[in-house]
Amino acid sequence: MTARPAVFSKFRDAQAELERSGAVLFRDADGVESLIIRFPYAINYIHSYAEDSPFFLGLAEGRLRGSKCRKPKCGFVYATPRSHCMVCGAPTEWIDLPPKGRLHSWTTCHFGSEAFLKETPYNLGMVEFDGVGSLLLVRLKDAVESDLYVGMPVEARFDPNPKYSITDVWFVPSR
Amino acid sequence: MPARPKKSRARTHAPVRKPAPVSRSQGRKVYMVTGGVTKFAKAHPSMDFRLMVKRAYDYALKGIPNLTADRIDGTRISYFSDHFTRQLKAASMVQDYLGMNPKGSIRLEWGGATGGECFQAAYEAVASGRMDVCLGAGFETMSRVATWKGNEFIALASDTNFDFPLGGFYTGYYALMVIRHIYEYLRLGRFANVKDEREAQRLAIAEGSRIMSLVSVKNHLNALHNPYAQYPKRLTVDDVLNSEMISYPLTREQICTMSDGAATVVLCTEERAKEFTDRPIRVIGVGTGTDTMRLADRPFGKVPLMPHERPRDYADLRYPGVHSFRAGRAAGIEAYRMAGITNPNSQLDFIELHDAYASSEIQTYEDLGLCKYGEGYSFVERGDPFLKDIDYGFPVPRAGAIPVNPSGGLIACGHPVGATGLMQAVFAFWQLQGTVAKHFGDPALQLDHPKRGAIHSHAGTGSAVTVSILERGFR
Ligand SMILES: [Zn+2]
Repeated sequence: MTARPAVFSKFRDAQAELERSGAVLFRDADGVESLIIRFPYAINYIHSYAEDSPFFLGLAEGRLRGSKCRKPKCGFVYATPRSHCMVCGAPTEWIDLPPKGRLHSWTTCHFGSEAFLKETPYNLGMVEFDGVGSLLLVRLKDAVESDLYVGMPVEARFDPNPKYSITDVWFVPSR
Repeated sequence: MPARPKKSRARTHAPVRKPAPVSRSQGRKVYMVTGGVTKFAKAHPSMDFRLMVKRAYDYALKGIPNLTADRIDGTRISYFSDHFTRQLKAASMVQDYLGMNPKGSIRLEWGGATGGECFQAAYEAVASGRMDVCLGAGFETMSRVATWKGNEFIALASDTNFDFPLGGFYTGYYALMVIRHIYEYLRLGRFANVKDEREAQRLAIAEGSRIMSLVSVKNHLNALHNPYAQYPKRLTVDDVLNSEMISYPLTREQICTMSDGAATVVLCTEERAKEFTDRPIRVIGVGTGTDTMRLADRPFGKVPLMPHERPRDYADLRYPGVHSFRAGRAAGIEAYRMAGITNPNSQLDFIELHDAYASSEIQTYEDLGLCKYGEGYSFVERGDPFLKDIDYGFPVPRAGAIPVNPSGGLIACGHPVGATGLMQAVFAFWQLQGTVAKHFGDPALQLDHPKRGAIHSHAGTGSAVTVSILERGFR
C-alpha cells in the first residue's frame, strides 16, 4: 500500500478501487476525505437443523415430510413442518406430504442475494396440498415465467446427490 | 376454480386470535416536541453511524434553547443489523457519542419495523413514568456492503432452514405475496369473467402492475419537494413498468433501496412539552401486531374487523394467507382503539406508511382500513392517496382524500432500516406542526392544517408491524 491511497469522488469508483487495492480515499461533496479499507468478513456457521432435522434427512431419502398436530381435537397439518403445533401447542408427528400439489403463488427472481445471483433467473413457488393447512416454499424448475400460474399442478423432485438443504427438493409442473 | 384447496377432514383453518385488549390505564400523556433526520443517501462514507445520529440529534435540539442534553432522561436506540454495522453494541457507541452516559438506554431491533418500535419504546418510557423526556434515535449504514450482499443480509431475516437457502431475496417474497393479492382481488374481481385461466391471470397481473406503478409515480413525485429524500424523480407509469424486472412482477422503480441515514425524536410529558414548544404533537395511540416468520405458515381464517367493517364484507375471504398483512391489521386495530378512531378515512388526515414495495403500500391501505380488502387497486385509481396540488401526469379525481406518503415514503426517501420508522415520525410531526416549509425549504408538501396522522412501520414479510397515531396538541 502507498502512503496515501487514490482519491475518488464517485462512490461506485471508490468501491471498484477498493476491490483492486484494498484502500481508497473518498472525497464527498463538501471536500471531506474519508479513508475506506476493505475488511473481509467470512464465517462458517455451525448450523444445526435441530428439531427440523428429520425433514432434511427425509429429503435425502426422497421423502417430503410435513407434520401433524398430535392432539386429536386439533390435528392441524403443516406442510412446512414444526415440532410443536402453532395453534394448540401440542407436539406434532411426522407425516408424508402428498406427492402433488398446486401453486398457491409464484415468482421469477431476475436478481437475488449475492449468494444466489449466479442462479438467476430462478422461480419460487408456494405449494398448497389437499388436506394440509399451511404451505411450502420451494424452487420451481422445468418451467419459465410465462408457464407459471396460480393453481398450476406441480409435483416434487429430489436431488439424487443431497446437500441437506431445502434445495434438495424442488417442484416441476405435473404431467 | 383452481387454487382453493378442497375441503377435507384435516383442519386447515387456524383461528385468527383477536388482538389483545388495550390496557385501561394508558399511563401519562406523551408528546413529541422535536425531531431530526439526516438526508438519506446511497452512501455517507464521510459519516459513520455515530456522526449521522449526532447530526440528526443536533438538528432536533437546534432552536429549542431549553431542551439541552441534561434535560433528557435517557434514550431508546434502534438499528436493524449488526451485519451491516459490523460493530456489535453500536447503540452503546451512539449513547456515548451523544454524551448520554450513564443515563438509561435500551437498544431496539425488530427488522424493518425497528424504527417504529423505537418510537413506541420511547413512548412507553414516558407514558409509564420511567422518564419525563426520552430521546429515540435510529440509524442504519447499509452502504458498507455491496447491494446484493446487502440483500443477502436482509434475506437472513427469513427462516434460515426453510426460506433463505431457496434463493433468499425479499423482493422475491413480496412478489409471491403480490401475485396472490392480484389473484384474489383482480383475477377473481374485475377479471372474473375471463374464461381462460392463464389469460385471466396475465391480464390481472398487467392491471396490478399498472396500478402499482401509479403508487411509485406518486411517491417519487412527492419526494421532489422533500430535500431529505434519496430518489426524488418525475416518472411516468411506463418508466416504472419498463424499469428492470427484479422479481416478477416487481420492477426496480416499485422497490425501495438501501440507504445510509439516521433520525431522532424527542418525546416527553405534557408538562415538559409546554416548556419546549408551543406546537407539541401528542401521541394518542400505539399498536403493534405480529405474524409468522415464514410466509408459508400464515393461516387462512377470518378477517379481524375494524369498527367500520362488517363480517359480510369478507364472508368468502380466507385471511390473511399470503396476500395480506394480519400484523398490520392488528397494529391498526390496537392503535385506532386507543386513539378513539372508528373510521380512519374521516379521522386521519394523512398516513406515512411503510412502502418498501409499491405492492405493500396497496396491501397496507387495506390492512389499515382505508378501504376494504380487495379495494386497494380502485383506491389508487380513484386517487384517494394522492396529494391535491401535484401534477402526477394522470387524473387523480379524489386527490387529497387521505394523502399517503406525502413525504415520498420509503420508495423515494430510502430505507435505512433502523431510522425509517423514526423518519416517518419526524415527517408526520412537521406536517402536524405546520412546519414542513421551514424544514423542507419548500411548502408544496404541507397539508392544510392536518389534525391527525398515522405512521406505520413494517418488518419482514409482515412478521411485525407498528402503527402510531399523532395528533396536533395546540390550536
Ligand atoms: Zn394443534
